[in-house]
Amino acid sequence: MTNNPFPLSRDELLTAYRTMRTIRDFEERLHVEFAKGDIPGFVHLYAGEEACATGIMMHLTDIDRIASTHRGHGHCIAKGVDVHEMMGEIYGKATGCCRGKGGSMHIADLSKGMMGANGILGAGAPLICGAGLAAKFRGDGGVGLTFFGDGAANQGTVLESMNLAAIWNLPVVFVVENNGYAESTSVEYATAVDSYVDRAAGFGLPGVTVDGTDFFAVYEAAGEIVKRAREGGGPALLECKTVRFFGHFEGDAQTYKAKGENEHNRAHRDCLKLFGARVTAAGIVADADLALIDREVAALIDDAVDTAKGAPLPGARELTTDVYVAY
Amino acid sequence: MARMISYKQAINEALDLEMRRDPTVILLGEDIVGGAGAPGEMDAWGGVLGVTKGLHAKHGNRLMDTPLSESAYIGAAIGAAACGMRPVAELMFLDFMGVCFDQIFNQAAKFKYMFGGKAKTPVVIRAMVGAGFRAAAQHSQMLTPLFTHIPGLKVVCPSNAYDAKGLLIQAIRDDDPVIFCEHKALYGSEADVPEESYAIPFGEANIARDGKDVTLVGYGLTVPRALSAADTLARSGVSAEVIDLRTLSPIDWDTVIESVENTGRLVVVDEANPRCSIATDVVAHVTQHAFGALKAAPQMVTAPHTPVPFSPALEDLYIPSAEAIVAAVHKTTGPVKSAA
Repeated sequence: MTNNPFPLSRDELLTAYRTMRTIRDFEERLHVEFAKGDIPGFVHLYAGEEACATGIMMHLTDIDRIASTHRGHGHCIAKGVDVHEMMGEIYGKATGCCRGKGGSMHIADLSKGMMGANGILGAGAPLICGAGLAAKFRGDGGVGLTFFGDGAANQGTVLESMNLAAIWNLPVVFVVENNGYAESTSVEYATAVDSYVDRAAGFGLPGVTVDGTDFFAVYEAAGEIVKRAREGGGPALLECKTVRFFGHFEGDAQTYKAKGENEHNRAHRDCLKLFGARVTAAGIVADADLALIDREVAALIDDAVDTAKGAPLPGARELTTDVYVAY
Repeated sequence: MARMISYKQAINEALDLEMRRDPTVILLGEDIVGGAGAPGEMDAWGGVLGVTKGLHAKHGNRLMDTPLSESAYIGAAIGAAACGMRPVAELMFLDFMGVCFDQIFNQAAKFKYMFGGKAKTPVVIRAMVGAGFRAAAQHSQMLTPLFTHIPGLKVVCPSNAYDAKGLLIQAIRDDDPVIFCEHKALYGSEADVPEESYAIPFGEANIARDGKDVTLVGYGLTVPRALSAADTLARSGVSAEVIDLRTLSPIDWDTVIESVENTGRLVVVDEANPRCSIATDVVAHVTQHAFGALKAAPQMVTAPHTPVPFSPALEDLYIPSAEAIVAAVHKTTGPVKSAA
């Protein structure tokens, strides 16, 4: 038996790979399907950033809550939201997790602790302070994590929330997924500090920056930060430096990127390839194990797309239902 | 036996009773304890005008002073509501919505619908509204129409102490987000308020005075103004019915329509600015649904389309007065008095 050099069991490694592969295939497939014109609205793809959501979410259970972003598919999948229901939602179908009333930017499943993707940048930070406050009052050991990009990191809501979480010692983690671009604007241009950890320090929050394409770096840093928050040690910030394989939204020509940037990232900074290489080189997982997962995930995504395409649209009465609990 | 307490005391009592009844009720806001971390008394203020005074002594850390970060703490109240708490957040002055409106109208108001019916956001946002305190343009507005416009929010504005207690208890028990507007000029007004707990259902207007010649519709401070106008009108033989809407969303159209069908005349009194206001909303609805009953064009008595001025000489002109209501009623009755 080969000695396992990783902080996860073989099964956990396979789970991590399956989650990342599911996110990747989900997004790659949406890219193709969107181009056909079958998917309404705006779609923001997470491909390239899978190690962030996966490495973090493996430390969470359903009592833990996350507040996600407009680029939220990866967070949803890693938090356990059903892939078929997500696909149905993105196609605007009655079978979607929000019955077709939310769409890509508003996928939520509160039973899984997923408090919603969010079309408003930085809006999740105050909400997750509330989740942390509720967990603290209940004493259930739950933690709250809010995700935001390098762009939304400049929202006042995020800065106010860091201060609030700090003074109330909330079990909250602020996760910056720094993919280098706020839509088309570079992080170097839009953010005055070199590291978001420096900014967190201004609020008295500890923080750490990791290579967001390295699953193991994310997993280990998140493990410490989440454990600390869960045990009453208070809020912290985790900055994951990552890459976005696609544009801000589907249809973005990405002319603001350097020539060859996407190709370079796919060749050298692909978190799935990096993960696969490490676990197979260590002899813990065989290529065939990963290939099997690849086939199973491909079949899952095929089925999710076919099912979503064939699903019924919401009926007209859905237009006016669920505005209020009672009115 | 009558137990006269103020609007302010009635609100305090409602909060106290609900905190005793339900451990998930928590209070957040700037200075609502008033003195957190300061060297003097912990419970020094109890809110900027003392509405929550004494509650910290009874409920301890379930009341939390917040930093001056409206987006963060209003959002935290909304997030906590989505996670099973029943927070009551005090926004101090409703005018401050400008710095946290996203959390209210893009988050709290939309969770239920946007998430396919699965979310519940039982949060109450209490805030002072209205003019009359010489507090000028940024601390005096009646912004009820802005909130009423947003599907998913409920909007409440009590006109007296009895309603303030019952409506706030309902707001806290309600499973939808509620904007609870407290008219600062009414804090001292007293009414007979039962000591026990009671909830006033939303969407049920109160007929504050019966009448048969004209229907006066108002909410908040405009209700006592309309009642005063009704006294004056009675002396000249005009019988005015006064309807207190109590809640603007939901709104009790049936009571308004029924009254106009009886009186044939409508005057809506609204302290908000006139464009796209509660007044225009009520006039539009009545015109559409009870046109045949109208004997004269409906009238609106509102603030002018200006910010709230500072100088008492100007602010007194800004707020709808009993005299202006009487004049508007005379426009509907014409030079010939009611047959009454």
